[in-house]
Amino acid sequence: MPIDIDIAKVARLARLGLSEEELVAYGSQLEGILEHAARVQALPTEGVEPTAHPLPMVNAHRSDEIEPTLDREEVLAQAPDHVDGFFRVPAFLEDE
Amino acid sequence: MSDPADFTIAEAATALRSEDLTALELLAAVRRRAAMTEANIHAYLTIDVDGAEASARAADDAFANGEDRGPLQGIPIALKDNMVTRGLETTASSQILAGWHPPYDATVVTRLRDGGAVIVGKTNLDEFAMGSSTENSAYGTSRNPWDPERVPGGSSGGSAAAVAVGSALAALGSDTGGSVRQPASLCGVVGMKPTYGLVSRYGLIAFASSLDQIGPITRSVADALAVLQGISGHDPEDATSYRGELPDFGSQFDRGVEGLKIGVVSELSGEGTEPAVAAGFSTMLQRLEGAGAEIKELSLPSTAYALSAYYLIAPAECSANLARFDGVRFGLRLDGETVEEMMGATRAAGFGPEVIRRILLGTYALSAGYYDAFYGQAQKVRTLVIDDFKQAYEQADVLVTPTSPTTAFKVGERTGDPLAMYLSDLCTIPSNLSGDPGISVPTGVDDAGLPIGFQVLAPALAEPLMFRVAKVVEDLAGFDLKPALASSEGAAE
Repeated sequence: MPIDIDIAKVARLARLGLSEEELVAYGSQLEGILEHAARVQALPTEGVEPTAHPLPMVNAHRSDEIEPTLDREEVLAQAPDHVDGFFRVPAFLEDE
Repeated sequence: MSDPADFTIAEAATALRSEDLTALELLAAVRRRAAMTEANIHAYLTIDVDGAEASARAADDAFANGEDRGPLQGIPIALKDNMVTRGLETTASSQILAGWHPPYDATVVTRLRDGGAVIVGKTNLDEFAMGSSTENSAYGTSRNPWDPERVPGGSSGGSAAAVAVGSALAALGSDTGGSVRQPASLCGVVGMKPTYGLVSRYGLIAFASSLDQIGPITRSVADALAVLQGISGHDPEDATSYRGELPDFGSQFDRGVEGLKIGVVSELSGEGTEPAVAAGFSTMLQRLEGAGAEIKELSLPSTAYALSAYYLIAPAECSANLARFDGVRFGLRLDGETVEEMMGATRAAGFGPEVIRRILLGTYALSAGYYDAFYGQAQKVRTLVIDDFKQAYEQADVLVTPTSPTTAFKVGERTGDPLAMYLSDLCTIPSNLSGDPGISVPTGVDDAGLPIGFQVLAPALAEPLMFRVAKVVEDLAGFDLKPALASSEGAAE
C-alpha cells in the first residue's frame, strides 16, 4: 500500500505549528516509518479481536470519598498565566 | 572497607544495621562518586542536595531509634525524570516542561519515601521516554560508563548509567518498549520490567499508557526484587493498577533451574544479533543446560510483526497523552493571537524532533480513513503476539533472548536513521505488548569490553519464577566487572 500523507492536515490536528520546511522533512520521514509499520497489514487477522489493553479489565471504581485535592495556589503557580484563580488563555470565541 | 558507593543494596543494608555505616556516610560516598563522574557521564538532570540529606538524616534517626522500615531504609536511589516529585523540578528531558515543579509526588516516590529510601536526584532520559540512547534529551546526552564515546541506551539511560558508575545504588526507570531492560543491558546492570499493573503509574508522565510500566535498575537480581517489593501494589489513583493479591516475588529464589523448561525464541535471537552477543547468549544456554534446565527452541511467528505494531500503538497513545502539553496549565507558553496559534507555537517549540515525529505518526494512524489499516490492524497483531506467548508458555516455563541485539553503540551512530534506532528494542517490545514481566541480567562483555545482557521473560504475575531463573543466570555468569570510571579516587572529602 503506497503511503499518502497530508502532513499539513496531520500537523494541524496535532496542534503543531511547523514551518513549510519542517512539514516536508517530517512528511518524508513518516512515509519511511509507515512503510515499515504497514508490514502489520501482511498478517492475516480475519476474526482476530483487537487488544487495547494487556489486562482483561472492566471499569475500575474506587470508593466515593472526599479526599484532599492538589493545592490550588501550588498548581496555579506553575501555570504560564492565571487570573482570579483561573488559568488564562488568549480569547478563543472569536476564533473563526 | 571498600567504597560504599559500590555496594549492592543488600550489602549496604547489612552495613547500615551493623553500625559500620550511616545513611549520611553512604549518601556522601554516592555524592563523591557523582562529583567524580558527572562531567563525563551526565547521568543526572537534578541532584536534590537538601532533600537527600534530610532523608538520610531521618533514616539515621530511625536506625538510632530502632525503627526499621525494610531493606530500602537509608539507600540512595535515583529516579528517572519522568516521575513527578513535589517541589523538585521534573522535565521528562523536554523543553516544554523546563522549570516545572510538580504539585504532587508519584506513587512510587511516596512508596520509596515511606520505605525510608533516600532520593538522590532525577536522571536523564530520552525526551518523554521516546528513544533508545538518551540522545533525544533536550538537556544533553548521557554517556556509557564503560566507554563515554558510547550511549548508555535508553530511554532510562541516566538511571542505568548512575547505577553502573556508582552515583546511586539503585534507580527507577520506566519501560514502554524496553526502556529499562535495554539500557541496563548496555550498562552492565540488572533491569526489570514488572507485569503490567503491578506498579502504579500515578505520577509517571504518560507516554503510552497501555505499555508503560515502572521498574528497578540495580546491581543484583536480589536488589531488583527488593526494590520491586518496595514499589508494587494496588493504588486507587491508577485505574489500571492490579487489584488482585501480589505474588510473593522471592518465594522461588535459590531453587535453581533443574527440571525447568527454558524456551529460546528463534525470531529474537537470530538475524541482526551481533556475533559477540550471540556467542554470549549461547554460552549461557549451555550453562543453564549444565545446571539441569531443558533448553527448547520455540517459534513465535507474530513477534516478527511486533516492532511494526508497536510503532503504531505507542505513537497513537503518545499523540493522545501529549495533548496535555498545550501551554495552558504548566510548562512553556509561546504567544499567539488565538488559542490554536498559541498551542501550535508552544508545542512546535517545546517538543524535540523525535517527539514531534511520534505525535505526527500517532495522529495519522488514528485519523479518519487510516484507523483500520494502521491502528486497528496493530491492535489485532497485539492479540496475535499475546496468543503466541500463551502457546509458548504451554511448552516452556520461561523464555530467553539476548536483551539487545547489539552492545552499546557510538553516540551519533543511529541518530540519522530512526528505524535503525527502533531496532534496538526488537527483543524487548513483545513483552510490553503482552504485558508480561522481563528482566535483563549482565552475563559478560564483548571484545571491546562492553556489557552483554541476557533477558528472561515469564508469564504475567510469574515474577517469582522469573527472579528464580534470573538468579541462576547471575550466579552462572559470575559477572563482577565494573567500569574503570566507577572510582572516587582523588575526590575531595
